[in-house]
Amino acid sequence: MINSLLQGTLLGGYYAVIACGLSFMFSVMRIINLAHGSLAVAAAYGLWLLAAKAGIPPFVGLLIVLPVMAVLGWLLQRFILERSARGGTLLPILTTFGLSIVIDNLLFEQFGADTRSLAPFIGNLSYASWQLPGHIFVGKLAVMMMATAILLLGALQFFLSRFALGRAIRATAEDPDTAGLVGIDARRVNAVATAITMVTIGIAGAFLGMRATFSPYAGGPQLLFAFETAVIGGAGSLWGTLAGGIILGLAQSLGAQLHPQGFLIGGHAVFLLVLFARLSRFGLPQLDRLGAFLNFRARLRSPT
Amino acid sequence: MTLVSNGISIERWTSSSRLALGSMAALLALLALAPTVLGAGAIDRMTALFIYVILAAMWNALAGFGGLVSVGQQVFFGLGAYFTIRLADAGLDPFVSIFAAAIVTGALSVPLSLFMLRLKGGEFAIGMWVVAELAHLLVNLDRLIQGETGTSLISLNLYDSGIRRAAIYWLALASMAALLGALFMLMRSRAGAAMQAIRDNEEAATSVGVRVIATKRLLFVLAAFGIAVAGGLWLATATTFQPKTYFSVQWTAYMIFMVLVGGIGKFEGAILGAVLFFVIETFFGGAGVWYLIGLGATALIFSLYLPRGLWGEIERRFDVQLLPVGYRLQLPGPNKIKWEE
Repeated sequence: MINSLLQGTLLGGYYAVIACGLSFMFSVMRIINLAHGSLAVAAAYGLWLLAAKAGIPPFVGLLIVLPVMAVLGWLLQRFILERSARGGTLLPILTTFGLSIVIDNLLFEQFGADTRSLAPFIGNLSYASWQLPGHIFVGKLAVMMMATAILLLGALQFFLSRFALGRAIRATAEDPDTAGLVGIDARRVNAVATAITMVTIGIAGAFLGMRATFSPYAGGPQLLFAFETAVIGGAGSLWGTLAGGIILGLAQSLGAQLHPQGFLIGGHAVFLLVLFARLSRFGLPQLDRLGAFLNFRARLRSPT
Repeated sequence: MTLVSNGISIERWTSSSRLALGSMAALLALLALAPTVLGAGAIDRMTALFIYVILAAMWNALAGFGGLVSVGQQVFFGLGAYFTIRLADAGLDPFVSIFAAAIVTGALSVPLSLFMLRLKGGEFAIGMWVVAELAHLLVNLDRLIQGETGTSLISLNLYDSGIRRAAIYWLALASMAALLGALFMLMRSRAGAAMQAIRDNEEAATSVGVRVIATKRLLFVLAAFGIAVAGGLWLATATTFQPKTYFSVQWTAYMIFMVLVGGIGKFEGAILGAVLFFVIETFFGGAGVWYLIGLGATALIFSLYLPRGLWGEIERRFDVQLLPVGYRLQLPGPNKIKWEE
């Protein structure tokens, strides 16, 4: 029991890594990138390709993949997201969904349906663990992911508060037009923010490959986990993302104890519960105004 | 036509739209006679076309007219099929259970809407996807379904295959006509105007007295019902029910493609998009993965460069409206002002 609680908490570290990019992008640009998971899987495939064909170990391969992801992020923003965001708040959802379909199927076309993993290339890191007194085992990779999550979130926080570019990003997030009045180029800022997001996606993809397997269509579930984490923690708050990840990881681990399918069911159920609780706290009129429920004439009126 | 003054008139129906409605009625009559001349494969394909039209029209209603983009509408597709299996297993005639299942799904969508409609934008879109995944997992738990193995609509065996195929065809045709008709009448009514007001600017709509949540709920439940009917019909055509197929996000991908290419927010656009998708699938579906990549890329390019879709561009360029949902102002003389929907 303690073991699964511990594992669930540490799993939260992975979810925080994959969610922080989504949360960051949403706070800065108000875009929810539905291709988020697919891009992480693409990064994992990139690392796998380097490891399997060129013999470059994943941690070294990151030095190649992360800059590539940053450049891709810059291009993504300039040519796709920027244009799409001009069409309103709903168009980017459709655009990024189309993009995720293209990425998923390109990966399938290129790599086939086999599941891959980065685990063979990192020695025994994927299953090595420390033993704590009392039959408690703590995975080394899990601790590494949690540590990376904390470092990443801290670094992002530091960047946003101490650097001029970070301040520019925060200003653009609050009010792009006024930021433009004081000389901040919203286009450049958004491109940088997307590049940073893509770097975090690359790191998340690496962890995905190391701790588990991935296949071309694994992007969708990863997006859902990232989104659930971001929303549970409060979209837009970086440390909330860590809390959200831990809650999601705990819910999944506890669910897995109850039923084989409980891992996924537990996670989705907790997400919906948290959403429900948050909505009722901020006012869900149907439930508050039980008196109106009894007023049949009002209910039978047409909606206008 | 209302004569306001100086020969200015407000009109709803134009001559071209009356013609369009007439020809659509004729086309429906023609399609109804089709099973007598078409072969089995063609009848199946036409049934698929009708199902695509239903899906496109429902998603268009939700996203284009209501402003509710949802990446999780496959939940109703899957639930419609699942309840059809369940009700047929309980002894109901399979054709009746399709529609009973749709009613059950529509009823289920009401409490779901109480909750989901409080979400906005991307949260609503992905929230519906989470609900779809959860529904998929819960359906898998049902012993009758046996997880991903799935089961079949066995009671269809009672009917001879020729009669069965024709019956499903006519049911699909009738459902498509009924749902499109209901949607059309809805969009032309006060509720329809309310929906479009909400889509354009929710706060402004509230300020003129539109009941936003109730209107959205109406649209949500109608879309759920329509998509559930489509799910039941698809089950009748395919006969097997594997949860992974029916709850797959691929269905939303198809719906998004059809609506983006056809024209979002335009009634005729959804129909055009469905027909185009059907044609593309017939010719290129065999290309496997490249077909899917092409679909995604086309949806992507359309959303960036042709966000109004093909019908939107046609309407803008030639000022033709075949199934008018809004009003037109006709001034004396060569000029015409049109109120955008």
